[in-house]
Amino acid sequence: MARLAHRRSTLPKRGLVIELDGVEKTFTLRVKSGRVRRERREVRAVDGISFRVDPGELIGYVGPNGAGKSTTVKMLTGILVPSAGRISVAGLDPSRQRIKLARRIGVVFGQRVQLWWDLPLRDSFELLRHIYRVPENRWRANFDRFTEVLELGPFLETPVRQLSLGQRMRGELTAAMLHDPEILFLDEPTIGLDVVAKARVREFLAEVNRDQGVTVLLTTHDLADIERLSSRLLIIDHGRVIHDGTIERLIADYGEERTLVVDLQEPAEPLEVDGARVVRVEGPRQWLRFRRDELTAARLAAAVAERAPLVDLTVEEPDIEDVVRRIYAEG
Amino acid sequence: MVETLGIYRRLVGSRIRSQLQYRLSFALTVTGNLLLSGLDFAAILVLFGQVDALGDWTVGEVALLYGISCVSFALTDLAVGQLDQLPRMIREGEFDQILVRPLGSLLQVICADVALRHLGRLTQGAVVLLVAVAYVDVTWTASRIAMLLVAIVAGAAIFAGIWVAFSSIAFWLIDSQEVCNAFTYGGNYTAQYPVNIYGRWLRRLVLFVVPVAFVSYFPALYVLDKPDPLGLPEALQFASPAVALITGAAAWLVWRTAVRRYRSVGS
Amino acid sequence: MLRLGFELARRGYRRYAAYPGATWAGVFTNTFFGFLIAYALLAVFDSRETVGDYDARDAVTYAWLAQGMLMTIYLWGWFDVALRVRSGDVATDLQRPLDFQGYWLAHDLGRALYHAVFRGIPPFLIGALVFDVLVPQDPRVWLAFVVSVTLAVVTSFAFRFLFNLVAFWLIDYRGAATLAMVASTFFSGQIVPIAFFPDWLALAAWALPFAAMVQAPIEIWLGHAQGLELLGLLGLQAFWAAVLLLIGRAVLAAGMRKLVIQGG
Repeated sequence: MARLAHRRSTLPKRGLVIELDGVEKTFTLRVKSGRVRRERREVRAVDGISFRVDPGELIGYVGPNGAGKSTTVKMLTGILVPSAGRISVAGLDPSRQRIKLARRIGVVFGQRVQLWWDLPLRDSFELLRHIYRVPENRWRANFDRFTEVLELGPFLETPVRQLSLGQRMRGELTAAMLHDPEILFLDEPTIGLDVVAKARVREFLAEVNRDQGVTVLLTTHDLADIERLSSRLLIIDHGRVIHDGTIERLIADYGEERTLVVDLQEPAEPLEVDGARVVRVEGPRQWLRFRRDELTAARLAAAVAERAPLVDLTVEEPDIEDVVRRIYAEG
Repeated sequence: MVETLGIYRRLVGSRIRSQLQYRLSFALTVTGNLLLSGLDFAAILVLFGQVDALGDWTVGEVALLYGISCVSFALTDLAVGQLDQLPRMIREGEFDQILVRPLGSLLQVICADVALRHLGRLTQGAVVLLVAVAYVDVTWTASRIAMLLVAIVAGAAIFAGIWVAFSSIAFWLIDSQEVCNAFTYGGNYTAQYPVNIYGRWLRRLVLFVVPVAFVSYFPALYVLDKPDPLGLPEALQFASPAVALITGAAAWLVWRTAVRRYRSVGS
Repeated sequence: MLRLGFELARRGYRRYAAYPGATWAGVFTNTFFGFLIAYALLAVFDSRETVGDYDARDAVTYAWLAQGMLMTIYLWGWFDVALRVRSGDVATDLQRPLDFQGYWLAHDLGRALYHAVFRGIPPFLIGALVFDVLVPQDPRVWLAFVVSVTLAVVTSFAFRFLFNLVAFWLIDYRGAATLAMVASTFFSGQIVPIAFFPDWLALAAWALPFAAMVQAPIEIWLGHAQGLELLGLLGLQAFWAAVLLLIGRAVLAAGMRKLVIQGG
């Protein structure tokens, strides 16, 4: 993939580019309780979130399903109005200055399409040029650049509905960037993509952030997205931020445990090995949990092999659900 | 403003192109729409096969009402009929996408598509109108012709206001489409007949709440130089443009409130 | 076999019962149109006492029956089979050990029951409150009406099934379907009673299967068909139901052959 040429970054004036202060979002659900009656239940999707983002940062916004990630993004982009708290994006209030803000941000929803379904990609881009009032030469420069970087050439004339998911996502990314937004919001952009496509998306985001200084906020529940892109990580669960720091910090603090999954030649009693404990047994397969800082996988595997004949093994890293559960339990 | 029109032209232009792509299919669809909407007039003709007047209006006069109403409504349907898709757009998240773009939400919904098949309704309405114009015993002065044109334009605006206002229900109730239809398509149907045949509550409704009486009834009274069977002030016959403006303003307010509520409550 | 039919009917019922909001919105629309049609017809009786065997009360009753029965009979708007043909799912359907037409018929009867109760009765009740409508006194008329409505649903289904099958041959089945809708809507007496038609047109209407879908049950309710005439009317409905079902089976077989030849 060709490198994006270095450009003068589109930094806003000094100061924070995203700021949330005590933001809450409560939904009132009407739930059926019994045949006819409906109860009103209040759901706190976002329960007091505060954080600040400097221009040029690349933030991962991570959490399990239902944690409040999408709700936060919707509030940041002006779709939803917060129940309480203050939000400032690019110096604007998204709930009051929606249209003004829309010109300065790009948004990509992973599971939805912003491009026009039966128009060819190129036409969608042209339409966006007019909607965002992008000067012709600027638009053309961006168009050429992204077409090359994301290799859109072969399917520029194809109607969006005929594109594969990976192609569509590349089109979406381009569409979101054509008007030189200061901030890019992405809600689960890699969901459903194959490994190659995911890598492409991540690379694109990294380059855009590094070379153009675009602030990127990306929600995902796939930790691998953040690992590749590094930088700062916010973990959200039950509507609250439970960790705000780098990924190394996170792993260091909470991700110390890994799991060695061994397939023995035949079922056996739970193995007793120093430094590891068996957390699960299914026939000849056993799951051994061990601490990263105490034991290496290789040493543990050797120790297991001494006790029983080993047919196969794998190492499981903590996934975000485990880490979050751990954090939440300790938090 | 010019830019907005330009965007509209582009958005809609590609939709139109894709619909015209399959000529035969398009012709069939438009014909089907023409016949289907024409059934309303077939019903009127059948009724007039049994009597000479409905509510003291002769067949030519009712045809005039019908023609004005249908042409106005067809124009509105072509312009804003896309609002029928609003419930689906909300359900599928397309409306959120709209909120993220730097354009008014109503404009984006309306421009999302245009259903050209409603040219069928427009055609049969225009034909009936022209035949009625030739048939009725009226000396066509400039002012009468002007009134006819004003009626169509103002009528289209009134229908558009009704459509926008009632489509906003989609932000409150799911499965609300039929309620909106009752007032849009129902409104068209109501304006095809003379208002004086309706019960009092319905008369009040089409005068004050869903003002379709100003689409066809009042302009027709003027054009036909007909004394109002309802005995209402003659000034009302000139009120269509004002009513159109009021309806438009009210619709705009309703829409904005609805969107504001949607943004507070989510979907 | 009957058990299976019952199960399918229940599924059909449930599918529409799952959207109470849509049902109530529909009742609202039907009620509104009921008023409009009633007023339009009453205007006719300003100038006359009767039209055919209709008096003002008959006409108003007709308006509310027609609107109430609208969704029950479901003349148009149903494309389930056409959609399955276009998506290719029909190939799997046809391999199942179920009679394809029978499956959908049972499904539709369940649906019709739901609509008869929840979209048929409310508008009629409202109309009965406001207007002077005719309600049959004779329990035999009620029975005949129920039978007639059932036959009407079957006939309507058979016709819908038929024009859904057009999807085997035409990509754009909607255009053809619209034409079918136009014919069925007008000649069934859905918008204006057939009794109001000029003689030659009324003759044509009764020669077509559509009258069996809407007008027939209404005539029975209004007491315009008594004794032998009533039986004759039911017989006519049964005749059309059978004929259309049989044609549907023949066309389905032709469609299946086409599928096999062209591949799934």
